[in-house]
Formats: sequence, C-alpha cells, structure tokens
Amino acid sequence: MLEINNLHASVVDIDDSEILKGIDLKVNKGEVHAIMGPNGSGKSTLANVLMGRPDYEVTDGDVTFNGDSIIELAPDQRAHLGMFLAFQYPAEIPGVRPWQFLKAALDSKAEARGEEKMSVRNFSKLFDEKVEAVGINPTLVKRSLNEGFSGGEKKRNEMLQLEVLQPALAILDETDSGLDVDALRIVAEGVNSMRSPERSFIVVTHYQRLLNYIEPDVVHILVKGKIVKTGGPELALEVEKDGYKTYLDAAAAGANA
Amino acid sequence: MTLASTPAAVEKFAAAYESHASDSASSPEWLKSLRQQAWSTFSELGLPTKRRGNELWKYTNLQPLAAADFEFGITGTASLDQIKATAPWDDAWNTVVVVDGNFHAELSNLHGTAGLTAGSLVEAIANGTGNVEQQLGSLAGQEDYAFTALSTAFIDDGAYVAIADGTELEHPVQVVFVTSENNASRASYPRLLVDAGANSSVVLIETHVNLAESAQFSAPVVEIFADDGASIRHYRVQMENESSFHLGTTRIAQQGDTDFTSTSFAVGASIARNDIHTLLDAPGASCTLHGLYMTHGAQQQDQEISTTHAKPGCSSDQFYKGILSGKSHAVFSGKVIVKRDAQKSEAGQKDLNLLLSRGAEIDAKPSLEIYADDVVAAHGATAGHVDRDTLFYLQSRGVDEEAAKAILIRGFAEEMLNEFEPEALNEFVEKVTDERIPVLLAESDTIGTA
Repeated sequence: MLEINNLHASVVDIDDSEILKGIDLKVNKGEVHAIMGPNGSGKSTLANVLMGRPDYEVTDGDVTFNGDSIIELAPDQRAHLGMFLAFQYPAEIPGVRPWQFLKAALDSKAEARGEEKMSVRNFSKLFDEKVEAVGINPTLVKRSLNEGFSGGEKKRNEMLQLEVLQPALAILDETDSGLDVDALRIVAEGVNSMRSPERSFIVVTHYQRLLNYIEPDVVHILVKGKIVKTGGPELALEVEKDGYKTYLDAAAAGANA
Repeated sequence: MTLASTPAAVEKFAAAYESHASDSASSPEWLKSLRQQAWSTFSELGLPTKRRGNELWKYTNLQPLAAADFEFGITGTASLDQIKATAPWDDAWNTVVVVDGNFHAELSNLHGTAGLTAGSLVEAIANGTGNVEQQLGSLAGQEDYAFTALSTAFIDDGAYVAIADGTELEHPVQVVFVTSENNASRASYPRLLVDAGANSSVVLIETHVNLAESAQFSAPVVEIFADDGASIRHYRVQMENESSFHLGTTRIAQQGDTDFTSTSFAVGASIARNDIHTLLDAPGASCTLHGLYMTHGAQQQDQEISTTHAKPGCSSDQFYKGILSGKSHAVFSGKVIVKRDAQKSEAGQKDLNLLLSRGAEIDAKPSLEIYADDVVAAHGATAGHVDRDTLFYLQSRGVDEEAAKAILIRGFAEEMLNEFEPEALNEFVEKVTDERIPVLLAESDTIGTA
C-alpha cells in the first residue's frame, strides 16, 4: 500500500536542515506499523511529509501509494487517495463547525473521485452515529472546530474525523501526547474498531504506552532521521525498558566514525 | 476657521444649496435657520482633505469625490420587487422605504403597529411630530464636520421613527435608503431620526443600497435618541455600488440605563466611511459597536468609531473585523474617551483584519483617552494572513485549497454574521458574504504565508 524509498526531506528554505536522511519503509494492506523514536528523531516530520505539509520539501527518494508516486500531490489529493493524518496539535479554527468542515471534506473527495456527493440527510445521520461512537460530547461538535477543546477532546475529534472519512491509511502523529489513560483507551478503541484487512495504520509515538492498547504488527525505531531497527511488538517493550540511549549512542558513534 | 476649503468643492454644492433653499421656502423657520447655519459651517470647512494635521482624513483621499460632479434633487422610479431583490426583506417587519432621499408610502410596508410612528421625515417636520424640532440636527449638524454640515444644509425628507414610552416592538423596523434606477450621478443626503422613548425596545435595521449603477454620492445622517431605559438593537447594512461614495454618519445620545447595540455590515461603495459616535450621557448606559467590512479591488472602507463616556458606570465595546483583498484599503479609527467624572467605566476596543493580498492595506488606530482613574479598558488591533498550518489541516482532510481558504475566510466572518439575528437579515448577510468570498479570493495572493 505505502512504500517509502530512500526518503530525504528538509525544512523548506532553510539550508542544512535535513531531517529525514534516507527512510525505507513498506506498509502492506491491513498492517499496523509503529514508529518510535526519541525527541528530534524526525518521526513527526515523517508523518507530516507523508501527508504533504508544505513546510517540508522532499530532496531525494520517493513515496508511492498503491504504486503511484505521491510526492508531487497536494495534501487534499493525498486525502482523496485515502490517506489521513491525525495531528499531534490539531488546529483551532474559529467559526468553522466540525459538521460543516467534514461535509466539505467528503464532498471534495466525492468530487475528485467522480462520485456522487452524500445528501445532507445521510451525512447528518452518519455524523451523529460517529459522534456517539467516538463518545464526543455532542454540544462540543456544535462549537468552532477545536476552539477551546481540551487536549483529550481535540484527539477525540481527530478520531471522529477518522471514523467519518474512513481512510485506507491512517497516520497517527503522537496522538497519545497529552492524553490520560482513559482518553488513550478511547483513542485506541477507535483505532482498533477500524482495523481491517483493507486498512493500514502508521502510529507515531514516543512512548510504548499507546502500543499496550494498539498492538502493532511491526515496530520501527527512528533515530536522527533514519530507521535504525525494525522488529515485532517486543521491540516496543525493549524501548520501554531500556529507553533510546543505546540507539542514540550507536547513532553518535556512527556519525563520528 | 481651521482648514482652508477647496473653493471648487464648496462652489460645486453652492448652486444646489441655493436652489434647494428657495424650493423649501415653506419650511418652518427653525429648519431654515438650521440649514443656513449648517451651510455656513460647510462653506468654511469645504470637503476634507488629507492635508497635514488632519488626522481624521490622513488615510483617506477624497480627491475622487472632489473631482466628480453630482446633481442634487434627481429622482426616478423603483419598484417594490426591485427593492425586495436588493435589500433584506421580511413582510413582518415595518419597513420604511426612502428613494432618492424621499419617503415613498407605496413602497413601504407599515403595519400601523401600536406605539410606533414610522414614515416620512418631512411630514413629521410639517406636523411638528414628537420631539422632531428639538432633536433634528441637534446631534449631527452642530459639529465641525463637513458631511453632517453638508447633509444638514440639505435636510429635506427622509425617515422618522419614534417608539412610544414603554413600547417593546416585536418585529424589527427597517429603513431602506435606495437610489432609483435613474443613472444620473446624484448627491443625496438621506436622513433618519430615531426617537426611542423611555423603556422602549426596538430592533432597527438601516440599509443602504443602489438600483442605479453609476457613481452616486450619499452622505446619510442618522440621529438616534435613547431615553431612559430604552434598548436599541441596530444593524447597518451598506452595500452601495462600487463606483459610489458613501460618507455616513450616525450619532447616538444615550440616557440612563439604556442599551445601544449596533452591528455594521459594510461591503459596498468605492470610498465609504461609517462614522459613528455615541455619547454615554447618564449612568448605566451601555453601548456595543461591532462590524464586519470586506473590501476588494480599489475599494476603501473606513470605520470612524468613537464612544464618549461622560458619566460614571457606563460600559462600551468596539469590535470590528475586516477582510481585505486586491488593492483595497481599510481604516479603523477607534476612539474611546472616558471623561474625568466617568468613574467605573468599562471599555473594550478591538480591530482584527485578515489580509488576503499584498496590495491590500489596513490602517488601524485604536485609541483610548482616559481622564478618570477608576476604569477598566483594553484595546488592540491585528492584521494577519490566512494561517498556513490551518490551511494544511483542512487540506489534509481532503478539502481542496480554494475551498479550504473559503472555509477559513467564512469562519473569520462567522462571529459577526451571527450577530445579525433577524432571520431574513441573517440570510441576507450570509448570502452576500458567500457570494463575496470568491471575489476576494480571486484577488488574493498572500495565502500560505505564515
């Protein structure tokens, strides 16, 4: 489904700002991959580059989604292909209601794919169902998007969008940051209920904690812009126990060698 | 005399003034003398210029107005269908229609609501209705301001609205000022006098539109008197054609425990000024002045907003939002004056702008002049671009860039649009906004800058 080959990326217009230094990764249909790494490893950058954030530019390598390169595509075009990014810090958008915005998102996708737009009635029904499923306070979604939401409410709102948009590949960028255990469990339940042989996930996280609830098929350790180790769920437990120190030391030794 | 007039500018209006004065020989003496005084004030002032030291016009060049020719007293036809298609309308409202400065009973929709007098100003003057003699020109006309002086020199017809003591009107009262289809470039001085009695309550909608497509010059003057305990919810809709000059003035005098709340929606004209001054003249008065302005092309919109706290225990709030594109220009000049005796005053002042193009310019001058010592006041002004992170967020959900920008602009306007509560009015301003956003976006070039 997703193939990343030798991906290098930098911050736009800043010299010597390379953050991703040659990433190779392959995510098959139905798989859940966890990307773990210390602060500054580039894991959040990777999530954003995959979705096409304009602050970064790809300087080398390629990313394909279902066989086609996506690096020239705008973020909305990637979304239309079935990609989704749950944000670490979802934007607060005054005056824009979640309902209105999600309807616009679905309409845009339908239009891009030459499909029929969902009627307002059907959309309302779907929306209400998902609001209940995700457990968002219904009065909250009548307010401006994320404005005045707590950290947990923002993440729940990200899950609502995930549920409504039903992407083929969902990338979760440190969705666990700032969440208490109850909120974490709700997010994890949302993700788990959406796991299917047709849908893949990339879960970016600093801590192993989230992976207690969302069991990954593959775990990657990202250090200084490179994947330094790939393994099964046991790798996450190792990190939980030993931290990232050995990887950082190895990376430092490699850089000095 | 403080400012030398441009003789041509005064000259331009002189012939019309003379002929208007001779045509209105039958006016009551007090009105004739009011006009004469006002004309002499205007003759001294002339049209304002940008000359140094003239802070009020520092950012606004009226040369195009001074250079243009306008006729006075032009009239033409307007049909009810045309007016309904151009202005907000609800049959339940009492609507007074003023075409080319004259009240038109056949186009107005008046229900004979108890406690409400609404209709022609010239009739109210002739009949000596209510407080018209004491009130007309007493708030606007005695000051050294060219456009109120000019308007007062030409006082003729217009609209008169009076709400009897203790009357709480269920439905809004609208006054529509419209120019007829006649495409002659005319000068008009629409006048509205509102007398809200003690403990009365009214929703007042003031609408300025054109049927004419040519350049018009309009200097409307609205005077509002709020007697003790009166509550006035005012809306001002200005969407004249984009060749026109709109120099509007609103003056409000508030007595004790009155509430005046106004929201303006300003999208029209080539050069437009909304000059509004409220005097909080007795304890417990509160005044809220809000508005949304949108400009594109070479439009200019000025908000000249001032509130004077003259007595203790009053509160005021000024809050404006602007969306600017193309090579347009907006000015927010907000002033709050708290006089020495006005202790326990509360005042807020804010102007937020969204700039969609490099060529657009906002000059924001929020100012507080506080002479009392026990006052709570805050002010601020910002100008920003559409936020890049927010745009990415929307795009990542599949909304294309243009639609995402439109959603963000609409979101910025939303809180002001929500203030337009009467349903037909709300639908009207939302529709105009939704139609205007693509126009603004077509002239936009700064989106995506952080």
